[in-house]
Amino acid sequence: MSITVTVDGVPVTVEEGATVADAATAAGAYVPTLCFHEDHPALGTCRVCAARLDGRVVAACSAEVHDGAEVEVAADDLATMRRQVVGLLFAEGNHVCPSCEKSGRCDLQAVAAETGMLTSEFPYRYPGRETDPGDARIWLARDRCILCQRCVDLVRDDEGRPVFTLTGRGPDTRVELDHATAAGLSDEQVAAAVDLCPVGAILRKGVGYDEPIGARRFDVASVRERALRGERR
Amino acid sequence: MSDDRRDLSHELPRTPVSEATVAARRGKLTVATISLCGCWGCNLSTLDLDERLLPLLDLVTITRSSFTDLKRIAGRCDVGLVEGGVANEENIETLRHFREHCDVLVSVGACALWGGIPSLRNSIGLDECLATAYLDSPTAVPGDRPTIPLHPEIPRLTDRVRPCHEVVHMDYFLPGCPPSNDAVFAVLDAVAHGRPIDLPTSLTHYD
Amino acid sequence: MDGPSTTFSASSTASPPTSPPTSLVAPRLLAVHGHDRSRLLDMLWELQRRHGHLPEAELAALADGLGTTLGDVRQTASFYHLFHLRPAGRHRLYLADTVLARMHGYDHVLAALERETGATLGGVDPTGTFGLFSTPCIGLSDQEPALLVDDLVFARLTPDRVADVIGRIRAGAAPREVANPDGIPTHLREYVDALVETNVRTHGPVFFRPRTDVAAVIREAVALPPEKLRERVSLSGLRGRGGAGFDTGLKWRLCATAPAETRYVVCNADEGEPGTFKDRVLLTRQPELAIAGMVLAAYAVGARHGILYLRGEYAYLRHYLAHQLHLMREQGLLGRDIGGRTGFDFDVRIQLGAGSYVCGEESALLESCEGKRGNPRLKPPFPAQVGFLGHPTIVDNVETFAVVTRVLEEGPEWFSRMGTEDSAGTRLLSVAGDCDLPGVHEVAWGTSLHDVLTLVDAPDAYAVQVSGPAGGCVSVARNGHRRLSYEDLGCNGAFTVFDSSRDLLEVAREHLRFFVGESCGICVPCRAGNPALLDLATRIGEGRADASDLAHVESWAALLRGTSRCGLGVSSSRPLTTTLSDFPELARAAAARSGEQGLLASFDEQAAVAAYGPAAERLVAAREEGAGS
Repeated sequence: MSITVTVDGVPVTVEEGATVADAATAAGAYVPTLCFHEDHPALGTCRVCAARLDGRVVAACSAEVHDGAEVEVAADDLATMRRQVVGLLFAEGNHVCPSCEKSGRCDLQAVAAETGMLTSEFPYRYPGRETDPGDARIWLARDRCILCQRCVDLVRDDEGRPVFTLTGRGPDTRVELDHATAAGLSDEQVAAAVDLCPVGAILRKGVGYDEPIGARRFDVASVRERALRGERR
Repeated sequence: MSDDRRDLSHELPRTPVSEATVAARRGKLTVATISLCGCWGCNLSTLDLDERLLPLLDLVTITRSSFTDLKRIAGRCDVGLVEGGVANEENIETLRHFREHCDVLVSVGACALWGGIPSLRNSIGLDECLATAYLDSPTAVPGDRPTIPLHPEIPRLTDRVRPCHEVVHMDYFLPGCPPSNDAVFAVLDAVAHGRPIDLPTSLTHYD
Repeated sequence: MDGPSTTFSASSTASPPTSPPTSLVAPRLLAVHGHDRSRLLDMLWELQRRHGHLPEAELAALADGLGTTLGDVRQTASFYHLFHLRPAGRHRLYLADTVLARMHGYDHVLAALERETGATLGGVDPTGTFGLFSTPCIGLSDQEPALLVDDLVFARLTPDRVADVIGRIRAGAAPREVANPDGIPTHLREYVDALVETNVRTHGPVFFRPRTDVAAVIREAVALPPEKLRERVSLSGLRGRGGAGFDTGLKWRLCATAPAETRYVVCNADEGEPGTFKDRVLLTRQPELAIAGMVLAAYAVGARHGILYLRGEYAYLRHYLAHQLHLMREQGLLGRDIGGRTGFDFDVRIQLGAGSYVCGEESALLESCEGKRGNPRLKPPFPAQVGFLGHPTIVDNVETFAVVTRVLEEGPEWFSRMGTEDSAGTRLLSVAGDCDLPGVHEVAWGTSLHDVLTLVDAPDAYAVQVSGPAGGCVSVARNGHRRLSYEDLGCNGAFTVFDSSRDLLEVAREHLRFFVGESCGICVPCRAGNPALLDLATRIGEGRADASDLAHVESWAALLRGTSRCGLGVSSSRPLTTTLSDFPELARAAAARSGEQGLLASFDEQAAVAAYGPAAERLVAAREEGAGS
């Protein structure tokens, strides 16, 4: 069943069950996302997709619209919040874009530029995060991890067991790689896990800067362009 | 030691500038540049403007800069472009000097914005950094006395590398490692023509 | 967040179990709990009681038995700060580090503990006897400083008392012998009374009356159709006592009408808000009211199973509460055909938490009940629709359930006549701090702050932390006339009084520090934003704030309020924002001390360069010494 909502005052028609992000895209308004993956249920961890639904700030990836809903995306305070959320991520980890293999195809980097972040307004913390080099095929670089939990919630071995898990909590939360389980993954499963990571935290060993500058994913088309043509990931 | 201390270059008597030069510069915007703890690559991006520099120079006078080899900003300066983060005492002193003399101060490049590559030492800590660089360095001479520079005339390193805006107020930020020549041009052109700086997303890069 | 419990090296993931399998306890635990993942916390508790920590070999065996990975089991275990993944001493001591403890000699008690145990805070003494850790509020705000020792608790500590207790344990006494010298059986109320005080100061119309005949209330209620029962709860105007104030009758109706075969009733006894302890007192004095409330809820929504989620810090109550459940079963008030109603079967199990404030959030609590990390879920759907193991679930506070029992005893009109228009009835306050009558007070909703302060004998009150850190710091001079109620000054039960000698910015900073440590870490604004706010609060308190810092307070607080995933991040900025808004003179004082030209006030030049010289000299000297020897 179709319902009608307004996005920044523009009426659009969407299917019932559509999210705020879906409605925004239908209206041609870009809402940045990081943890959201179109093939999976919303994780709702990164909170970068701040939008307003009937006057309340919501995560656009998971909040559903209803007939007659009023969605706001462009308001200055929302833009500020979205920029602040990516700013928090840059301040919290060690995001050394100049030396990162994922540069140019990193969702965090691309989304940050779209939000207009020049530098983080939060104090940079320079955490000492241990890298886990112990797996034969996967390089886990925690400096870049944004704890989106895609790998934690979505990567499973053939028996349905988790491969990536969390430990600790609060600012000490970190991703762990279960080496024994990871060893049982096929090369295709490893490649899928690497592809799932929106940043350069999960990398395939032996692969480095394999795309030249200018030909990288977001060099070719920006994250905004890709999102607006329905290609979220 | 202070008795035989020589004058620093900016304390030497100045050669007066000719009337004609003063007149030609009148009304032009003054710009100063510096690299603190960085690689000078952002300054090179400025030089990379190539032929676009020439019309800009009709509007802009470069005062203290690596291009002019002037060490201090004389009087007020309209715009200061600061490359590099704050990693030692001298960086603090220089950045304070820029803040005191410049109306608008711009952080240019990854190091100025968040510390950049030099800030990789921040998560390691000063002790390990010094030990690795000086005591366990592959170039340390075997059998020599262990040495870490410690002398009043050598600036002490700060405990960690800081972005410029954590030391003084900065007015604008230009990301990139380095920012592209187009991004530098966008900023200088806006400043020279009195427009607000508004970097387009296409020129916002962190690498 | 005790270091040892949450850090381990990457390489240990791959190392094989070290103990021989025959010595493992895990297989027996798995069998006892039917290889049920949702009982993981129980199994972890059992392992820790046995070993003093959670050995990797045992966790690996649990993982095998549950069909998951070691990482997955650790994922749960490492979330809770009462669980230890490394040896943490034969006796684990947790000193409550709270604002109230710091007002009552925390520093001296900590020094005495370190001296007597030989352990430094966060570590284990060289003999492996004592592990000494700090923990947030343990629900004893009216008798701080307080210390958990294994499953026991010692309150009103002094350095002398510490020396006595530790000395006797060191000499070979078991902690239970020291805490309970008369050997009172642990399932009796006298045992609880021997450990802690239950200070009921003001009796109101609802609580701490002569004993309610819960059997009669239940018998009468289950004679009604369930919808009639829900209607009576709705008519009373009761709103949830946990803090959010959701309409209880509406919640029950949503649960009852959600399409499902199975429903659950969960009692939230995870009383973690610093400054709150009224649920502990209620569970000690009138547990039957809360349990009967669960039974009534079960009947009203059609649930067969209930869980009483008891915070790990209240472990010393669990035998007593289990015995209460047993007594109710004996009376036919739990079990089969309850209250004589054929087919109405319901029973309750106690789920012990393991140290996590955020588990008080209803969906995080359900995750914890399922044996997982206490990460709050995305809402909607709400627990009443999709709750425990996906089934519609009622989650209500201890006080809420207890009120339900009284409402059905006295009638909904009796209840709705008390209080105000939007806030029916009364509310239990946990009062502590600078007043002469700390303890539990029952007041009608609508009572003014001034009147409460008179009641608790706090003539010098300057500020009140209403609702704990998640609430607000309220100026008595500016807002003493405001009334406790959902429509004016909401209150979740915490009521902490400060006189003018207290440093309110320090209080705000301590509360922010609490939220930093208790954030689950799953969403960005809460995980990364709270540390940034804590930095701001520290700078403001130390007079090193820039004008931009004060501007950031509002902006960053709005970010956390707007975008956080659960109530923790939504409210965590309140200690700072409410302190600065109700005491603007504090902010002005901070700003006046900062803002010098040139270098930012927040940049400490001396501190930035001070480390280099000593580091260079120390490193060189150490190297020369090493070469010389």
